[in-house]
Amino acid sequence: MSGPIHIRSDETFTLNVGPQHPATHGVLRVKMEMDGEYIVKAETVLGYIHRMHELMGENRTYPQVLPNLSRLDYLGAMGYTHAHVLAIERAASIEVPERAEYIRVLMVELNRISSHLFWFGAFVMDLGGFTPLMYAIEDREHILDLMEAVTGSRLTYCYFRFGGLYNDVDDDFINATRAVIPRLRKSLKKYDALVTGNIIFRKRLEGIGPISAEMCRKYGATGPVARGAGLDFDVRKNEPYSVYSEFDFDIPVYHECDSLARYNVRMDEMEQSLRIIEQALDKLPEGPIMPKKKPKLIKPPKGDYYQAVETARGSFGIRIVSDGTKNAYRFKLRSPTYSNMSLFDEACEGMMIMDALAMMGSLDLVIPEIDR
Amino acid sequence: MGAYFSEIFLGLKSLAIGLGITFKEFFKPVVTVPYPFETIKMSERYRGHIELIEDEDGKPKCVACGMCQRACPSGCISLASKSVAYEVEVKGEMKTKKKKVLTKYDLNFTTCSLCGQCVESCGFGAVTFSKEYNLASFNKEDFHFDLLKRLEERNS
Repeated sequence: MSGPIHIRSDETFTLNVGPQHPATHGVLRVKMEMDGEYIVKAETVLGYIHRMHELMGENRTYPQVLPNLSRLDYLGAMGYTHAHVLAIERAASIEVPERAEYIRVLMVELNRISSHLFWFGAFVMDLGGFTPLMYAIEDREHILDLMEAVTGSRLTYCYFRFGGLYNDVDDDFINATRAVIPRLRKSLKKYDALVTGNIIFRKRLEGIGPISAEMCRKYGATGPVARGAGLDFDVRKNEPYSVYSEFDFDIPVYHECDSLARYNVRMDEMEQSLRIIEQALDKLPEGPIMPKKKPKLIKPPKGDYYQAVETARGSFGIRIVSDGTKNAYRFKLRSPTYSNMSLFDEACEGMMIMDALAMMGSLDLVIPEIDR
Repeated sequence: MGAYFSEIFLGLKSLAIGLGITFKEFFKPVVTVPYPFETIKMSERYRGHIELIEDEDGKPKCVACGMCQRACPSGCISLASKSVAYEVEVKGEMKTKKKKVLTKYDLNFTTCSLCGQCVESCGFGAVTFSKEYNLASFNKEDFHFDLLKRLEERNS
């Protein structure tokens, strides 16, 4: 049952999964050469939702690119804008008030939980269970409400600014967030009993879809995919940015390399994010949210800048080559799901198609982020 | 053989636990809203499409400087103005001065990404977000808003 089975038959047929297919969660197309129900060869085809975000980043001024970054990954948008503002702040040496940094961490972690919750629901739906999606969406709704009250939008946030934030959080938000934390803890226990213990769920994931640490290194996979393969890598710990070094949290690592390990990593990550949120709420300092001195026009000095952050899907990097003008000379986005998806072709060889789709779900693909 | 039966037993138990949870959820209060008949109040900071703010006389606060137009990443704002001469008393003397008056403020909402750069760039506090969200339409032209006209309609 476990391990790839290599079958070479003379009679194979080609199966197109996507670009419009519910299991691919977007416009991803997988061209599969099938032998019965076994995949002989798979080829992922991209480009159905390519929007030239990198080129737009080169044609627009730095503040004008801000809304673009949240359109990459609509489920965890906050982390992507975080990378951009951090990169520009370092390039243009803008100082960020401490309160702003704390609120940023708070928002990114809330967004991480909401993203993982939605992934959880969609993943279980891929495996045939519809009910958990409804519960997950209800919990996610509470987080979205919190974030909407502060940022004004529900998915594609444009909340971070160079040097600080768009607007401050109030006591209502802090109290409401404190009230949501125990609720989410209770829900996580519920999911554990409802889904993690479920025999059908376990049988479909245990030992299925092996992605080894070597394969992760080969394709540059990061995030829960790499952590499910036993690689202890998280940008928040390994290259701390923002104020992450001041929080006490663990990085869940599983060594089983199967789909269940990746599932477990994400479920544990939600608990760790809750811990970070609790600490951030306790430590939240008073003060301004924008620096007193901020350049009116942002023109980073000539140079090459790179900033990586840990988003819900893995390590997202942004590279900005500045030629000293108000536009970037080169604007490169390194998106985590692109690397995570690249290993799908190799990993699914010899697998049964339903196992391959379960593995694809465990990769947590967001297609607009792959295509950019 | 024993492992086989214990797996069946544990499997059935896990299914029963799951069913227990869904059964409990069945009696929980409904959290959804039957939308067109009931609506949710939008939060204070909700970002709808932009709207002009009026001054005490009911005229737009906008001075047609065009900062919002320049700040917009998608170029969805287009405004026009004309110079109007007016008389003002300076040191006891009447002098004619010119000022810009807004004649057109069009918002092409089809390309707007609601980033808020226009609201932030405005030095006169003349633009704000509306709370409008019921904007579905079959017609593309319905999303080209004439904000000046909307302001007048609001006042009348």
